[in-house]
Amino acid sequence: MGIRIGNPSFDKRVHEGIENEFMIESVSSAQGRFRSRKAAASEELGNWEDWRALGEEIRTHTLENIDFYLQQLSDNVVKRGGHVFFAETAEEANAYVQNVVKKKNAKKIVKSKSMVTEEIGLNKAIEEAGAEVVETDLGEWILQLDGDVPSHIVTPALHLNRDQIKETFMEKRGYDKSNTPEELGLFARQELRKDFLSADIGITGCNFAVAESGAVTFVTNEGNARLATALPDTQITVMGLERIVPTWEELDVLVSLLTRAAVGQKLTSYITSITGTRLAGEIDGPEEFHLVIVDNGRSKILGTEFQSALHCIRCAACINVCPVYRHIGGHAYGSIYPGPIGAVLTPLLDGYENHKELPYASTLCAACTEACPVKIPLHEHLIRHREIIVENGMAPTAEKAAMNGFVKWSTHPAAYKMSAKFARTALKPWTKDETITNGPGPLKNWTEQRDFPAPGRQTFRSWFKEREKGGGSK
Amino acid sequence: MKVSLFITCLSDIFTANVGKDTVEVLERFGCEVDFPDTQTCCGQPAYNSGYLKNTKETMKHMMKVFRHSEYVVGPSGSCVAMLRGYADVFKDDPEWAEESKQFAAKCYELSQFLVDVLKITDVGSTFTGRVTYHPSCHMTRILGVKEAPLQLLGNVKGIDLIGLPQAEDCCGFGGTFAVKQSTISGEMVQEKADHVVETEAEYLVGGDMACLMNIGGRLSREGRNVKVVHLAEILNHR
Repeated sequence: MGIRIGNPSFDKRVHEGIENEFMIESVSSAQGRFRSRKAAASEELGNWEDWRALGEEIRTHTLENIDFYLQQLSDNVVKRGGHVFFAETAEEANAYVQNVVKKKNAKKIVKSKSMVTEEIGLNKAIEEAGAEVVETDLGEWILQLDGDVPSHIVTPALHLNRDQIKETFMEKRGYDKSNTPEELGLFARQELRKDFLSADIGITGCNFAVAESGAVTFVTNEGNARLATALPDTQITVMGLERIVPTWEELDVLVSLLTRAAVGQKLTSYITSITGTRLAGEIDGPEEFHLVIVDNGRSKILGTEFQSALHCIRCAACINVCPVYRHIGGHAYGSIYPGPIGAVLTPLLDGYENHKELPYASTLCAACTEACPVKIPLHEHLIRHREIIVENGMAPTAEKAAMNGFVKWSTHPAAYKMSAKFARTALKPWTKDETITNGPGPLKNWTEQRDFPAPGRQTFRSWFKEREKGGGSK
Repeated sequence: MKVSLFITCLSDIFTANVGKDTVEVLERFGCEVDFPDTQTCCGQPAYNSGYLKNTKETMKHMMKVFRHSEYVVGPSGSCVAMLRGYADVFKDDPEWAEESKQFAAKCYELSQFLVDVLKITDVGSTFTGRVTYHPSCHMTRILGVKEAPLQLLGNVKGIDLIGLPQAEDCCGFGGTFAVKQSTISGEMVQEKADHVVETEAEYLVGGDMACLMNIGGRLSREGRNVKVVHLAEILNHR
């Protein structure tokens, strides 16, 4: 799998999304729920804007000193009996995990939810190493049974409704009960419990690693990360290199922001921090602990104008308010990171070539920027992406010509005045009852969706001129 | 108080009446309104499309046009937000940093100017009808003007102001987005138009002509009997 998903054509993906009424309905109602819960949870804190500012400050400081904190984290993990591997690429990360799988002669691996392992395509690599991998997050498990991919970074199966989930359970696992969340959930628990008990290795993602102690923290509502780390003897945690906080104190702030921004909860049901292996005299913990820190393009973003994109804590608040996402769904983005943050991050991690439409999949309405709990200026990053696309000659020729024309027009008042004066006459052949319903040229795309008004009988400037001469009237 | 009107290219060409109403409202409160005749467009279409280098020429032109103005007031949250944004664009440019900063500080959207500078929340207008207000994204999120239009509308005599469901959602205009991603834009404006119709309002009012053209265009395409008016038109209605 990896970061790229779906049909290579953006337009095709968008049409598939728009035409999938079930999916749009699911996405729209989920967005509604997330938004009202987040609003309530942030209001409850009382000074949400101060919290956001603090979140931004913590992330800025951490990323500016990322080399120091990574070193500190690594030293502390080793002190606690763990192994640390810095993977520069997806391939290196996968090869390391494959190696552990082979060494342990592991047959079954349980996995808790992790976007970075989706990004690097870890499941495929594990299967190639001869082991079975079971996703234990409910959403991820549904997708795995269905051969589907995530459409959202927090609730990966957001695009499916309960009837579709019931169908999948029936077809793949012989489920014979109702479509109620309670019965579906109970069935999943019963099925997954067998896997937890028989797994050789537990693999997790990581919401935040705490540099001062070497702890890794998982934020879940299902408790599956806790089971995946408590039962198997070997634990592997895979994290993006930016998922780090200096101390427990900052963890407190960021977890508070994360759970409120993501799902509108004060805290999720389970927040688990695990520090290294079971040392002498300790009663629990894994026998073996591996921390795989994945770069995969992240360090190239450091020090650039996009650095704040690495501040992301993967709460999906931007996705939950995005009106474009609501109408096309997550798969249309063609990346496992959809929505505004996906449109910013994906071209940075995987290049513009396969994702050059993403920076334009936004009206720049800035709802994302307003929602972000760590104040990433998402819509501004999208404009920066567009600038890079233009500078590198990747923008369409027609657009380039139009924009050059625009700049000439807007810097030459005489040309501007002339065109303003004759706009009405120029559009006359297409105008009926002051309305254009089937416009020429680029106007055609506009009028495919909505009417266009005829330019006024008089421009404002000519009215103002007449008025100054004493002849103008209302 | 001397005010230079920034008409915006859209209102100049399509809705001169919005400009007339803006002028008359400002004059009613003692402003002396002039119209620098060489003004064109704020540059947003090219800036938002990524043509930063070229757009700087447009921006410099506009700063020169209004160089001697005391205040620059325009009937658009989005275009005024762009003018104010020049300060950020030129912040590292030794020649233009200071001028762009001063320029940004004197640019105001109409309702923002009335409420924040003139300290007027009741313009004394009368408008009878069921009205719903669309708060445009750049007005509220980029310029940060959320309350002023509602305060002014709330004090209009005879107005029946109805809340718009999911008012804060973008209408799908997005400049070139409406043309480049017209299918997605169409879905978005449909949702917005549906919400407008749901309110059973006779009038849709807003502070940005571009958004109003988009929503109005869809309402018109569907044969909906909702009239689209700019904030200035209601504020100047006696």
